[in-house]
Amino acid sequence: MRRIFPHPVLMFGLALLWLILQQQISAGQIVLGLLIGFGASFITARLELDGLIVRRPWVLLTLIVVVIIDIARSNAAVAWLAMSPRGPQSAGFMHVPLTTRNRTILAFLAMIITATPGTVWVEFDEETGDLLVHVLDLIDVDEWVDIITNRYERRLIEIFE
Amino acid sequence: MSDLPLWGSIAFAILVIGGATLTLLGCIGMLRFPSFYARIHAPTLGTSFGMVGIVLASALYFTLIQGRPVLHEILLVVFIIVTTPVTLMLLSRAALHRDRSEGDETVPLPNLHPKDPPPTPGE
Amino acid sequence: MTLAIVEYSLFLAQILLGIAMLCTVWRMVSGPRAQDRVLALDAFYVVGMLMLVTVSIRIGTSIFFEVALVIGMLGFVSTVALAKFLMRGEVIE
Repeated sequence: MRRIFPHPVLMFGLALLWLILQQQISAGQIVLGLLIGFGASFITARLELDGLIVRRPWVLLTLIVVVIIDIARSNAAVAWLAMSPRGPQSAGFMHVPLTTRNRTILAFLAMIITATPGTVWVEFDEETGDLLVHVLDLIDVDEWVDIITNRYERRLIEIFE
Repeated sequence: MSDLPLWGSIAFAILVIGGATLTLLGCIGMLRFPSFYARIHAPTLGTSFGMVGIVLASALYFTLIQGRPVLHEILLVVFIIVTTPVTLMLLSRAALHRDRSEGDETVPLPNLHPKDPPPTPGE
Repeated sequence: MTLAIVEYSLFLAQILLGIAMLCTVWRMVSGPRAQDRVLALDAFYVVGMLMLVTVSIRIGTSIFFEVALVIGMLGFVSTVALAKFLMRGEVIE
């Protein structure tokens, strides 16, 4: 089963994407979408990606809500900085010690940090677990470290490990 | 072409103008911020809520006009959310690499591991 | 009446997006360094994509949606290629 359908979630996701793109639901389109999803998931099996297993869906939901609220808040903060006559006064780099080495968790963490205006993931050292982040309003370093490790990383570890 | 309900048009106006304003503020920030690393934060305004506002407005308009759910615009949101972190991470790493190889003092140095040879200045 | 609200808000949004495109072009021309120009080009692609979405609302067809998707993909790929070039091409390894 696993060899015939290497990535079932990816296959159905691609089929759904195909249906949305075609803007119609008919038997032919569903079969075509499933065929495309099957072919694509078979090709991605060659990449030997780690499987994605969500262990605690409700933590994932709370994380999504938390991230959306954070993105809204930092949108307002960066928009304010762009309008204010003085501009950003305290932009700077910052080191965050991470505990996880799981590639899935790191990928999601990178997406969250970079999608949030005001923080950009710059560099990650896999040996020491040291993450370099650039922050636009770096006033309190400990607060940012607390946000990244406790608010995002801890929840992601709960979800995927 | 049928008319829109009033709430629909007002919601549309708020979404589309709000999204465009956020995008414009991001681009103004990119024009005004003093250093490259500060500027790299600015376009994320346009790629997060600015883009979401305009795309939601488009989905709302076509849904109300055509009388059936038109959701394919959501694909744009998914696509941008997935791709923006990749481009910004690559760009910031490239800029860091260039600054380090030029010996810029303001950027943090790479972590040195015992097995790595120490960097020779001026190379 | 309600279509007039849509019309005017769309007009205003397109003006705002046009100014945003001018800002990115200004940054692309003025530099000062190559990474600033690449960043501005990436932002230009995104704003251009949003502009196409508003154009498709104005014309009333969703044909422009595919155009916007293709522009987004081209922007992504070209920015990644340019960033790779900045990292590998110009700097002597």
